[in-house]
Amino acid sequence: MALLEVNHLNISFGGLHAVDEFHVSIEKGQLYGLIGPNGAGKTTIFNLLTGVYKPDEGIIKLDGVDITGKKNIDINKAGIARTFQNIRLFSAMSVLDNVKAGLHNRNNYGTMTGILRLPKYFKVEKQMDEEAMRLLKVFDLDKEADYLASNLPYGKQRKLEIARALATNPKLLLLDEPAAGMNPNETEELMNTIRFVRDEFDMTILLIEHDMKLVSGICEELTVLNFGRVLAQGETSEVLHDPQVIKAYLGE
Amino acid sequence: MEKKKMSKTTRSNLITYGLVIACYLIVQGMIAGDMMSNLMQGLLVPLCVYVILAVSLNLTVGILGELSLGHAGFMCVGAFTSAAFSKATMESIESAGLRFFLALLIGAVCAGIFGFLIGIPVLRLKGDYLAIVTLAFGEIIKNIVNVLYVGVDSNGIHFSTKDMMALGMEPGGKVIISGAMGITGTPKASTFTIGIILILVTLFIVLNLVHSRDGRAIMAIRDNRIAAESIGINVTKYKLKAFAISAGLAGVAGVLYAHNLSTLTALPKNFGYNMSIMILVFVVLGGIGNIRGSMIAAVVLTLLPELLRGLNDYRMLLYAIVLIVMMLLNWSPKAIELRERYSLKRIFGRGKKEKEA
Amino acid sequence: MSFLSYLISGISLGSVYAIIALGYTMVYGIAKMLNFAHGDVIMVGGFVTFTCVSGMGLPPVVAVLLAVIVCTALGMVIEGVAYRPLRNAASPLAVLITAIGVSYLLQNLALLIYGANTKSFTSVIKVPALKLAGGALVITGETLVTICSGILIMICLTLFIKKTKTGQAMLAVSEDKGAAQLMGINVNRTISITFAIGSALAAIAGVLLCSAYPSLTPYTGAMPGIKAFVAAVFGGIGSIPGAFIGGIFLGILEIFGKAYISSQMADAIVFAVLIVVLVVKPTGILGKNIQEKV
Repeated sequence: MALLEVNHLNISFGGLHAVDEFHVSIEKGQLYGLIGPNGAGKTTIFNLLTGVYKPDEGIIKLDGVDITGKKNIDINKAGIARTFQNIRLFSAMSVLDNVKAGLHNRNNYGTMTGILRLPKYFKVEKQMDEEAMRLLKVFDLDKEADYLASNLPYGKQRKLEIARALATNPKLLLLDEPAAGMNPNETEELMNTIRFVRDEFDMTILLIEHDMKLVSGICEELTVLNFGRVLAQGETSEVLHDPQVIKAYLGE
Repeated sequence: MEKKKMSKTTRSNLITYGLVIACYLIVQGMIAGDMMSNLMQGLLVPLCVYVILAVSLNLTVGILGELSLGHAGFMCVGAFTSAAFSKATMESIESAGLRFFLALLIGAVCAGIFGFLIGIPVLRLKGDYLAIVTLAFGEIIKNIVNVLYVGVDSNGIHFSTKDMMALGMEPGGKVIISGAMGITGTPKASTFTIGIILILVTLFIVLNLVHSRDGRAIMAIRDNRIAAESIGINVTKYKLKAFAISAGLAGVAGVLYAHNLSTLTALPKNFGYNMSIMILVFVVLGGIGNIRGSMIAAVVLTLLPELLRGLNDYRMLLYAIVLIVMMLLNWSPKAIELRERYSLKRIFGRGKKEKEA
Repeated sequence: MSFLSYLISGISLGSVYAIIALGYTMVYGIAKMLNFAHGDVIMVGGFVTFTCVSGMGLPPVVAVLLAVIVCTALGMVIEGVAYRPLRNAASPLAVLITAIGVSYLLQNLALLIYGANTKSFTSVIKVPALKLAGGALVITGETLVTICSGILIMICLTLFIKKTKTGQAMLAVSEDKGAAQLMGINVNRTISITFAIGSALAAIAGVLLCSAYPSLTPYTGAMPGIKAFVAAVFGGIGSIPGAFIGGIFLGILEIFGKAYISSQMADAIVFAVLIVVLVVKPTGILGKNIQEKV
């Protein structure tokens, strides 16, 4: 059974049919790409998958569980975490605290425990610190743990966002244009990181990307979206040679 | 507990507590040495009230990131519920200490409950709307208190919003709150020592909350609500929690305030929108989100006009100018750019290198 | 008859709120900020008129004209000095807190100059009262002028925005500052003009308010200012007819609240309405929906 199973997904804003009969099936452990021209509805699909918008129609199943129309925090608890196209970090908090915020629902203690500094507070905080540092090390951010998130260079902010998403222990990770604004070297490094995350955390990853080098380099399968509809779907090399896809990208 | 390496936040918190204790010791020394005028001694408890208010409002404005203009309303709830309790139990509870302690709990809890209930509709709003609605609630609280009559007799508690006669009490009954006349004869239980202890308790609650799982969630919501939701943080729950705790602590300030006066009335001056703004000035001057700063600002802005004779007339004008200038200097993109370009750290070539070392 | 006369004084007070709310709503719609000091500009208008008439013995028309000029200039100065530098600040709270500071500054300057004592304001309106139903219903000249001014101002403002180039520029800036700039609209100038118009309206409202309720203190403008904001929110912020309807509604509500419920609770009732409106329909009765982009 596929980890993510989406069928007949539809949403309209006013008169605009932003997502039209979208469907996809992603296997566990897959690195899956979602591409398409600007305004094709890619980010809208992410917003539908993560509960920011409620679909007009359609079914979203994660690991066999129907999560359609659930609230975004419940969807995160069910196992989907994401990053954002325009980076959304907790900019006035430290790098470490950004990741610890991601651990929020995994390491629990009550308000009173926190205020009164009961022994459980120290125990759980220590666990969180260790777990967060372990994640930061994966992304080579451990030396900057005390920095404010907003003081990190751009590439590292992107990485921190991925680390924070992973901290919620998701089954499926959604990356919205992770390589946007990166130079070729940084993109190369990011590709390695994404592969590493998949292998190390046994993660399933769905990503939106414009950088064709990245897409063809790491994605095993692709869906191409145009005007809210699925234009092509299948193995990366095949899809990228589809004449319809070439037409949509390069124009007539 | 690890004691080998004290973290930066722990050290900063200890400095904050130390500062309060040092102030207490200095003031006590001055009083013992007869170096403090009666006028100044009379200012000590109000000073503690302002400090608690500033610290608690900073929890809403700085940590939660929402502008509340109704903080004085919560203080009003704490003041009136606790003073009513103290007056009603003047005979039945003999120990003044116990009575004050219970009054404190009641004032804080009632204000907290008000904060929670008001927070439910208010926190759905954003920015300007939230500010104006908190202002509206603050004014409503003040208005209601002004028409409220409460009395106690052997049949229990009586309420009315008309006049004293409408309470319909037995001859032996006692009027607790008499409308715009407020509460008279509250036992004067507040002292500077109690004020300092309450400041320390407030600091303990706020600082520990900020550096805990809840505090991280609250600040995450402040910095980016959508991202906070995406990692499974329940926005409404944590906003309400912060708002209610902030209101409860304003209630504590209200208790302290009420038990420092023999007559408690709800005037625009003490519980109106002007008071809320004054607390906001403390928070802004001390640095939004900077707990220690707001404490210092409250003390400086209260003492400065008192110390410099003749400046008292200009006090409010001074507050207004401080508010505008601080905002322009701290938040204008141009000012920030200038400050970064000419910052002392950069001129002396430090800053970044220090961190790398 | 008492119901009718309450209704008329409600509409009269409502017209003042409406004029203030029109200024509020324009400024909010275009600069996207809650100008807390707007109410205090009303007070400044009142004091300028008071000084000219009672202090210098100038004719009322000149006094009112001077009040409008002073307030217009004041509005532009406030915008340029205190608000413009913060337009692109990281936190939207920055400009709001500054506006509160400006409000405080104006109140306390007036307090220093004129003192806290209430000044009795001589009405500048010399229109005779209208007696109806054999003298049972008296409509004062102030009421007549106030209601007429309110209607006139709303019509002029609507025409101004629809028919003039500056008005169209205002609409463009309120929709999208960036795009307006690209279309060659001078955004700073447009916002400045908006503040000028809003403040001029505040001056007129100040004169009308003080003529109808002839007492003037440094705090005269604060409450009407806040209530006018309530009116603007009620009508849907940014909407000109909305602000007018909201103002009239609020004025009637306040007078009826005072007359039939409790004079002390009238303000509380007005604020309760604000809360209910914002919670049930945050965009007001004539406002537009805006969704946050993810």
